[in-house]
Amino acid sequence: MLFILNLLFSVVKKMCVALPGLVIETDGIVGKVDFQGNILNVNMAIVDAKVGDYVLVHAGCAIEVVSKTRAEEIAQLFAELESVYNES
Amino acid sequence: MNLEKIIKFLSTYDGEEIRIMEVCGTHTASVFRNGIRSLLSPKIRLISGPGCPVCVTPSAYIDKAIEWALKPDCVLVTFGDMMKVPGTTKSLNEAKADGANVKLMYSPQEVINAASENPGKTYIIASVGFETTAPTYALILEQLEEKKINNVKLLTALRRVPPALEYICETDDTINGFIAPGHASAILGSNIYHKVAEKYRRPFVIAGFEAEHIVLAIFDLVKQITKQKHQVRNLYPSVVKPEGNVIAKSYIDKYFEICSAYWRGIGVIPDSGFSLRQAYKCYDAGSDLLHSENEGMLGKCRCGEVILGKINPPECSMFRKVCTPQNAKGPCMVSPEGTCGIWYRFTKVED
Repeated sequence: MLFILNLLFSVVKKMCVALPGLVIETDGIVGKVDFQGNILNVNMAIVDAKVGDYVLVHAGCAIEVVSKTRAEEIAQLFAELESVYNES
Repeated sequence: MNLEKIIKFLSTYDGEEIRIMEVCGTHTASVFRNGIRSLLSPKIRLISGPGCPVCVTPSAYIDKAIEWALKPDCVLVTFGDMMKVPGTTKSLNEAKADGANVKLMYSPQEVINAASENPGKTYIIASVGFETTAPTYALILEQLEEKKINNVKLLTALRRVPPALEYICETDDTINGFIAPGHASAILGSNIYHKVAEKYRRPFVIAGFEAEHIVLAIFDLVKQITKQKHQVRNLYPSVVKPEGNVIAKSYIDKYFEICSAYWRGIGVIPDSGFSLRQAYKCYDAGSDLLHSENEGMLGKCRCGEVILGKINPPECSMFRKVCTPQNAKGPCMVSPEGTCGIWYRFTKVED
C-alpha cells in the first residue's frame, strides 16, 4: 500500500508522465479518480469522460480517455520504472 | 512479421548507420528498463533528445522564482521535479532551506483553494511544461477569471515540442528519424508532425511506452529510413488522435500566444514557447525576458550537448563522478525525466 502511495505521489509530481485512473465521479469539470485505491480530485474539463472510464491524468488534469487494457499496461510500466528509481 | 522476426531484423541490421532520436523522458527510461538498446544492431543508434521540460528551463527563471519566494507574503508553488534545478547561484531546494517560501503542489486546484482562503498572500505558480501541461495552466486561468481571484500569478516557462524538433532537423542532419512523444502528442495530435516530416524529409513515429511499442516504432523508422520515406505513423492511436485533444488546444489558444523562448543548453528557438496573451498579462509574474542573461553551464557540464543528442551522458567528464542525482551539477541530471538522470539510474541495470 505504501509502495502504491509512493508511486502515485512521485509520478503525479513529475511533468512529463501521465498516470491512468478510474473515474468514479465527475460533473464534467471536476471529478474523483481512483488510482489503485487512492482517490484524488482531478480536473475533467478537457476530456469527455464518464463514470467508469479510465483517464490519463497529468498534473492534476485528465488529458485523454483510454481503454481498461491500455490503462493497465501503462500502470504496470510506471510501477516497473518506479521500482528502479527507488533502488537508486 | 511477428515480434521475434522484427527483433531478429533489428539485431542483424547491417546497412548504413541509422540514428533515431526519442524526445520523451519516459521513452528513454522505457528503452533502458526493457534493455532495448541491447536488442539493436550497433548500426542502429538511439539518441535521447530534449524530452524534459524541467531540464531546458533557464537558470534566470529559477532565479526569478526564488526572488518571488523570498518576498514577504508570497508563496511559490511548484511541481516537485523543479526543486533541484540549479539557478545562477542556488536551486529552489537550497533557497527553501534558507527560508524562502516554496511549497510543492500535487494539483493546481489546491493552490486556487489556498489563494481564496488567504487573500493577503500572493501565490506564484511555477508554470513549466510542454503542451501536455499547458492546458492545466489554462484551466487555472479560467478559474482565476471566473472566481475573480487576483492573488495568484503564473511564472511561465512553457515550451512547445514541434519547434524544438524542427530546430534539431535544421541544425543536425545526422538524425534520420524520430520517435515522437506519447503524451505531448495526445494533446497535439499526429497531424502536427506532417509539416516538419515533409520539410526535412525525416520520418516520425508516435509510440506508446511499452517495450513492444518502442521496438515496433524503431522497426518502422528503420524500414522508412532505408527506403528513404518520411511518413508520420501513429502507433499509439488509442491515445493519440490525428487532431489531438481539440478542447485542450483551444484552452491553450485562449490564454496563451506563441513566443520565442530560451532553452537551457540550446539557446533561443523561434516560436518555441507560450506566453500569456496581452489580455491576461495581469496574471503574469514577470515571465518575459527570462532568457537573455548569462546562461552558461556550470564548470565542464555538457548538458547542452546531451539535450541535443550530440553526446551520450557518459561522454561528459562530470557524469557519475561529480554529477549525480543526489548532487546534480547540470539540469539533465536533476530531473528523473532528464537524460543524465535516466542514464545514471539505468545504465547499471543494462550493463
